Amino acid sequence: MTKLTSISALEALREDILSRRDPKKTKLSVCSGTGCRAYDSEKVIDSLKAKLLDQGLNDKIDLVTTGCHGFCELGPVMVVYPEGISYFKIKPDDIDDIINETLNQGKVVDRLLYVDPEGNVITKEHDIPFYKYQNRVVFGSNQSIDPENIDDYLALDGYKALATCIGSLSPEEVLEIVKKAKLRGRGGGGFPAGQKWEATRNAPGEVKYVIVNADEGDPGAYMDRSILEGNPHSVLEGLLIGAYAIGCQKGFIYIRQEYPLAVEHLDQAISQMRELGLLGENILGTGFNFDIIVHRGAGAFVSGESSALMSSIEGKVGEPRPKYIRTSISGVHGCPSDLNNVETWANVPIIINKGADWFTSIGTEGSKGTKIFSLVGKVNNTGLVEVPMGMKLHDIIFKIGGGIRDGKKFKAVQTGGPSGGVIPEDMLDLPVDFDALDKVGSMMGSGGMIVMDEDTCMVDVAKYFLEFLAEESCGKCVPCREGITQMLHILQMICAGEGQPEDLVLLEEVAAMTKECSLCALGQSAPNPVLSSLKYFRAEYEAHVNEQCCPAHVCKELITYHIDPAKCKGCGKCLRNCAVGAISGTKKEPHVIDLEKCTKCDTCFLVCPPKFSAVTKLSGSEVLPES
Amino acid sequence: MSQINVTINGEHIQAEAGMTILEAARAAGIFIPTLCHHEQLESYGSCRLCVVEIGAGERKKVVASCLYHISEGLVVETETEKINGFRRTILNLLLHRWDNIPAILLEKYGAKSNERFIDNMTYCILCGLCVRFCHEVKGANVLGFIGRGTIRQVVIFPNQSAKYCASSCPDEMECLHYCPTGVISSQYYGSRPADGQALPHAHPVCINEDLNILEVLERVGHV
Repeated sequence: MTKLTSISALEALREDILSRRDPKKTKLSVCSGTGCRAYDSEKVIDSLKAKLLDQGLNDKIDLVTTGCHGFCELGPVMVVYPEGISYFKIKPDDIDDIINETLNQGKVVDRLLYVDPEGNVITKEHDIPFYKYQNRVVFGSNQSIDPENIDDYLALDGYKALATCIGSLSPEEVLEIVKKAKLRGRGGGGFPAGQKWEATRNAPGEVKYVIVNADEGDPGAYMDRSILEGNPHSVLEGLLIGAYAIGCQKGFIYIRQEYPLAVEHLDQAISQMRELGLLGENILGTGFNFDIIVHRGAGAFVSGESSALMSSIEGKVGEPRPKYIRTSISGVHGCPSDLNNVETWANVPIIINKGADWFTSIGTEGSKGTKIFSLVGKVNNTGLVEVPMGMKLHDIIFKIGGGIRDGKKFKAVQTGGPSGGVIPEDMLDLPVDFDALDKVGSMMGSGGMIVMDEDTCMVDVAKYFLEFLAEESCGKCVPCREGITQMLHILQMICAGEGQPEDLVLLEEVAAMTKECSLCALGQSAPNPVLSSLKYFRAEYEAHVNEQCCPAHVCKELITYHIDPAKCKGCGKCLRNCAVGAISGTKKEPHVIDLEKCTKCDTCFLVCPPKFSAVTKLSGSEVLPES
Repeated sequence: MSQINVTINGEHIQAEAGMTILEAARAAGIFIPTLCHHEQLESYGSCRLCVVEIGAGERKKVVASCLYHISEGLVVETETEKINGFRRTILNLLLHRWDNIPAILLEKYGAKSNERFIDNMTYCILCGLCVRFCHEVKGANVLGFIGRGTIRQVVIFPNQSAKYCASSCPDEMECLHYCPTGVISSQYYGSRPADGQALPHAHPVCINEDLNILEVLERVGHV
């Protein structure tokens, strides 16, 4: 690659790349993100490469190995363009059929198509409900980009926004556009990005930094990873634009070491930028200088907190420090530092290219643009979904997510990761934006969305999140460290059947103090799972403490297993599978569980044939006197 | 230094610009409890006993007075029902790490241990005074924290101690005097404890039962 020394050289390169591409040519876009790789997509790609070569098709067909497409549930995923035929769960053995039928004869391989919960077969990607209701502004281009090839990004107007900014706009003008777009931070807080930029720009000091927060740590959330894996240049371009607007010459990317593929693609992208002269001194001949240091984090959740992250960059322990003086005034090494998360940065080039008015036309009054969520849990279609702000929770879960698995009933959805809250069914009409989620005691967070069905115990859920936070708290301040310890202890007692009615008041007392007195956002939001579940599912807590009953039949200490003699046909399946020999009975006669021996491992419940459903779990007053 | 006006508990006082709320309050003889603060060391903000309310009405918020710097016209309340309630909860929690917190503090805020809490009686409240003294004053870094979250603890790094203890503190282990659970003294509560009495010495010298400082020093041949 030759160094680009002017904006016109960049445009000439783009022209050249585009002139060598034929939009009508068949293109296979195969996902090679972490999710699909776990399903062996690399073997699929290897087999595809070898067979295309064998059949002499490698010149006629473009094979693009891309980052995440979003529908991770059904990986490995492939889309055949220009038709837009979507294939799912592809195995290396399927490649012959794809080549022979689709590529050579233009026919569709039916068995690889998407089948909706009603049994309808859908061929085209844009007809599949999972994709149909999304608005993939940031995430959509993943499917057209090989993250290791900068040409793919350039072909999609890559670095055009940067060229516009450094070539024809003043830093103030760039700042105005971002402010006017009302872009808010996608990492959790939802702080207006433009204001943050401006504060850093106006802060006194010669040296200033821009930082990408790629320390994504919420359990089940992986949108930032997927952007960096699939489209690293979008984040880098955003960062450069921010640096220009703020007046920085140096940026950091704080990324967790546990994201090896993202780190690899990022490193490659950065060296490609260097070769092209998009990093370093006098970028595109405009006099703008900027360079990036990639800092790999060791995976502490709290290091995603801005001040802890900056301490970590300085080489210190990743512990938060008080932010009464904002990091935009005094951040890394005491210099003004602007920190935004991956998704926020990736929005910036799009705003510059399409304009602030276009951006603000999407979303709600207070929250503009789209948001990527990782939709996981007991929902039919799990994966990454990008929706306009303000879409109803109901639509995300039922239209895009395809509803609850196995015909179960919806119970709650947890948003915002471990520090978010649970939202009950009667609030499903809630439009998803920063302010609406805040108001009901949850938060947007970085976009985790965990759907729970009727078999979920809300006390157990609160306990789970506090266990996570007990490990991930840095332990510096008393409210967070001791507060989480004791709240967790109380929840453990409640789940073990040792709860008392006064425990609920005590939980609220400790939670209130932890929320207001903790040093950083981790501690301040740590009580959210407890407070929101107590608020919306208090009856469930009361059943635990008053009746020693777990209504969802989850808390082991509070349930017993029972075989309904009227339903049991004596098939012997449970008897044979019981690891501790707790089940007895003769063939074709109802079996009985010896509760003394039973370890409540759930095996009998799981193996009892659905047509009998004789094994049941009982709790509280349901427990029969004889058992 | 220029003087600025602040209001603490309804009292108009003048204080030096650049002071924290805690410094301004103590200079004016107003008591705010602390466990992790020491005039000689940088503010740390871990015990959170020094929380106060600032502002008024809807914009009222809770801040750590040892870290929050005063500004012209700042309104501070140090003893509201809410704040004292928080202090009570903090002390209730700490009682399960350190069961002989000075009675004067417990009585003032009505704190007591709660049988629903789990005990973790290490007598180390992780205030970091010893660690920070060793680092900031002695530049020795013999002491440090290990672990995260609920398993965080103070430890001595033996190689550092062998290297620095004898030269940094030739006469005695000075860090021990900074331990509030070990040798608590009225200096930790500013110039004027609540009822004018010096606080009692609380607990025999010990940072952590498992990691007795003297024992470790013996092991590395310093004592």
